[in-house]
Parts: sequence; structure tokens; C-alpha cells
Amino acid sequence: MTAYEKLKTARKSGRPTGGQYVKEIFENPIELHGDRRFGDDLAIYSGLAYLNGEPVTFIAMEKGWDLQSRMERNFGCPKPEGYRKALRLMKQAEKFHRPVICFVDTLGAYPAAEAEERGQGQAIAESIMEMMGLKTPVISVVIGEGGSGGALALASANKVYILENAVYSVISPEGCASILWKESTQENVAKAAECLHITAADMKHFGVAEEIIPESLEHFPEMCKALKMQLAEAVDELMKLSEEEIVQQRYERFRKFGIFEEKSSSKGFFRK
Amino acid sequence: MGLMDMFQKATNSTKIKCKKCGNEETAYNLTQNLYICPNCGYYYRLGARDRIELTADKKSFTEIDTGLVSKDFLEFPNYADKLEKAKASTKEDDAVVCGKAAIGGKEVALFVMDSKFIMASMGSVVGEKITRLFEYATANQLPVIGFTASGGARMQEGIVSLMQMAKVSGAVKQHSNAGLLYITVLTDPTTGGVTASFAMQGDIILAEPKALVGFAGRRVVEQTTKSQLPDNFQSAEFLLHHGFIDAIIPRNELRGTLTQLLTMHGRRDVS
Repeated sequence: MTAYEKLKTARKSGRPTGGQYVKEIFENPIELHGDRRFGDDLAIYSGLAYLNGEPVTFIAMEKGWDLQSRMERNFGCPKPEGYRKALRLMKQAEKFHRPVICFVDTLGAYPAAEAEERGQGQAIAESIMEMMGLKTPVISVVIGEGGSGGALALASANKVYILENAVYSVISPEGCASILWKESTQENVAKAAECLHITAADMKHFGVAEEIIPESLEHFPEMCKALKMQLAEAVDELMKLSEEEIVQQRYERFRKFGIFEEKSSSKGFFRK
Repeated sequence: MGLMDMFQKATNSTKIKCKKCGNEETAYNLTQNLYICPNCGYYYRLGARDRIELTADKKSFTEIDTGLVSKDFLEFPNYADKLEKAKASTKEDDAVVCGKAAIGGKEVALFVMDSKFIMASMGSVVGEKITRLFEYATANQLPVIGFTASGGARMQEGIVSLMQMAKVSGAVKQHSNAGLLYITVLTDPTTGGVTASFAMQGDIILAEPKALVGFAGRRVVEQTTKSQLPDNFQSAEFLLHHGFIDAIIPRNELRGTLTQLLTMHGRRDVS
């Protein structure tokens, strides 16, 4: 599949959404609502559940499964109150030293006036910064689309997994095409998808994802079983670490990102 | 060479036209007025060197982490070319300048983004240099002063540029945990992934008057919601009104404000 075909697959309606993974993988989920500040954003479905009998906090982006639920959930594009709800639950998980499992699936944070008025940038910035210091393990799974900063806000994690046909990108290929080539025609979008390197294989290559989760949506329960085993293993591994080690492991995970050239620290001619 | 050097050397006959009101002003007058249009109050965007000259105590700035240059590792269309042009026109290696300086006698770690370099988009080099600056500041118990300006993450570096947001945020968090002060000054324009990470992570967030600050681009917002946006949408004044920044500080008062804030946080003096 080309990058563009992957993009289309990742967005296909009928593809399982966040809530379906939660219900398939965990036992007895209880949804917990609201950011305690402004409202409740249904683009984030979050709460408590058991993973193999152990309590976890789950935070899933939920695009919705039919027209009505998609409208209610804003097609999975979170607003600031969604990120603040997620952060509230992450801090709560930290208090009780519960692992946090996030499911990422969004075109991006909601680009609307109301979201800007309520500090979309600030909400994402705070989420990322607090996640980077969270003293409890966080594991994120990109199940569909990982759209830019709005996805990273739930993926500044100790480990990140990505589904075989999911994508993760710094900007939507449409956005990229319209900036670079003025028009987001299908051809330009396909080219942008290629240039941006958005596939699961790319994520593995750059170390952005630890593992690629094989997809077989027609055997969804079996597929989730395998994912569940992977998550349980990761949780076991991370829960053995001290709080300090958990933070340090996450710091080092992100610290290594960056591809550049370092010349000898020469002082340029223009410097005094 | 910054605008400032150029302008100060220029005779009074060199005229610069204001982007906003079209008023023509001599280069010399403009430097004396801190690059603010005397007619309409428009704030000219400053390159990193000019900003440092206006902000830091005379001759106090020592640059660190020079020599980091971006690589076109994705072979992204026109990226190599863009980098070369930006380097040639700005004489900078990339879009941020970092170093140690003093402001009002207070020692600080300083980073200044330069919108003249590919709109100060954040790629690996920007992320790495700012991360190193925070690590340096944490190790040396220094406050960080950061001037932000950015079009957002540098898409020509794909997902690696997105990861810079988390990388820098981790370093900011450690600096914060060490009880150290971080002040951001948002300048025109601060948008996208920079707004959604270290621009909004300051203990104190200041902004220049009328600076554009936001996450999503205005055009995207208009297209998505088919809505009419107010003129002041995503201006510093808009952010102040909605409670997302601490204060708007005119350019001529900024050094004084920073000095006072630094003094109030009791960090050591430079003798």
C-alpha cells in the first residue's frame, strides 16, 4: 500500500474506533467525564477499567461510529476541555500509581474559534509537559490517525505502538499540500503523504513507535487479544521501574529524536 | 549582520516603508524607535541578533551550541534549497539562537527564535538547541528567557519535527521541577506546534502588542467552521482577554519588566 492508501485506510468509516478497543481489551470500563473546569468533551472517552484484573486509566479518542455519535464526538477532534479531561485523569492515575493507556485516533485538535478562545495551544502544551513528568507509566497506541500536536498530546508516552495501517504525521497531508502546492488535489495529497513519511513502518524506522501491531480487522477480537498481551507485557515491565526511572525512561525516549549535523562548534564570522 | 547594524550605518536618506500603514521612515529613526512604526505603532519583526541586542546587557551575550545544522533526511521537495536560502539571507545556521546573557545584571539562559529563517519552523536543530539550553540552565541553576516566533513544526522533517515538541517539553519540565524560572515572550507570529509546547509552558508568559499567537491557522479555522472571525482573533490582546497570557509589554518596557521579574525571583547577580 502507498502512504496515501494507508491514509485512506486509517480514516475509513467502519474502522474500529477508540471505544471499541477499550471494550474489547479491558474488563468493566467505567467512563469518567469532565475536565472540572469547563465541560465534557466526548471526543475523549476516558475512565477506569481492568487490564487482566489490574486497574488502569484508559483515555481514548473517539471519532464515533455513526452520524449521530460522530457529531456528538466532533469526529474525534478534541477541544481544550478534552485535553484537560485527559490530563486530569492522568494526574489521578499518577496519584494512585495506575498505568495509563491511551488510544490515539484524530485528524487533529479541533481548529475552531471556540477552541482557540479556550486555549487549544495551552491545553496541548500543558498535556505534553505534564506527561513528560508523569510518575506513572503511559502507553499509547495509534489506532487510526495520529494527527499532529493534537495526537502527541496523548502520545508523550513511555511506549508507543502503532497499528499496521495507522498513520502518524506532523501535519495532515491535506494541510501540507495546501501550504506547499497551494491546492490539496488528490494528487498533491498523495504526494504529501509520501513526502511526510507517515506510515507505521516509518514510525518504527524513526523510533517513534516501538512496535507495529499487525492488523486483521475482520478478526477484531483475536487482534485485540494480541494487542492486550502486548499492553500487559509493557505494563508489567514499566511497573517494575521506580517513579524516577519511569520519568527518566520517557525523557530519554524523546531526548534522542533529532537528525542534524553538528559541525565543530565554530564561531561564525558574524559573531563578535 | 542584523537589521540594526545595517540601519545604524545607513544615512538618514535610506527609507523603510511600513508594512502596515505605508508610512516611510528613515532607517535611523526606526532603530531609535526600536523598530516600531512611529506613525501607526506597527511592530517590525526582529531578527534574533537584533532582539538580543535590544534585550541583553551590552556585550553580555555568549552564544552556545553553534554549528548545529539541519539535514534534509527525508529528501523533502525543496527543503535543501530553502535551507540554503535561509542561511544565506540570515547568516544564521537555523531558526534559533541560544546562549548565556545578562539582563539588568541578572544571569540568564536565553533563546531567541528568528522568524526570518523559514518562519522559525521547528525542526531537529531548533528542538535540540532549545533542549540543550534548558539542560544547561537546569545544570547551572539559571532562569530561562525565551523569545518565541514560529510558524510551527517544520513539516519538511516529518514526524521527527513533531517529536521535538515532547523533547523540549521534557527539558522544560525538568527545569521547572528544579524550581527554576522560565519566562516566555511571545512575538509575532507564534503558532502551531511551538504554541502547543514551550511557548505556553512559561511560569510567566508575556507578549508583544498585537503579536499573532495561536494554535490553528486563521484560514483553517475559517474553513472548518465557516465562521467569521473578529479582527483581533489570535492577537496578544485576544489571548490576554481569554486569560492565556500574563501581560502585554511594549517593546521599550520589556527589558525593565524582565529585569524586575528576574529580581523578584532572586537569582544571583553577575558582578
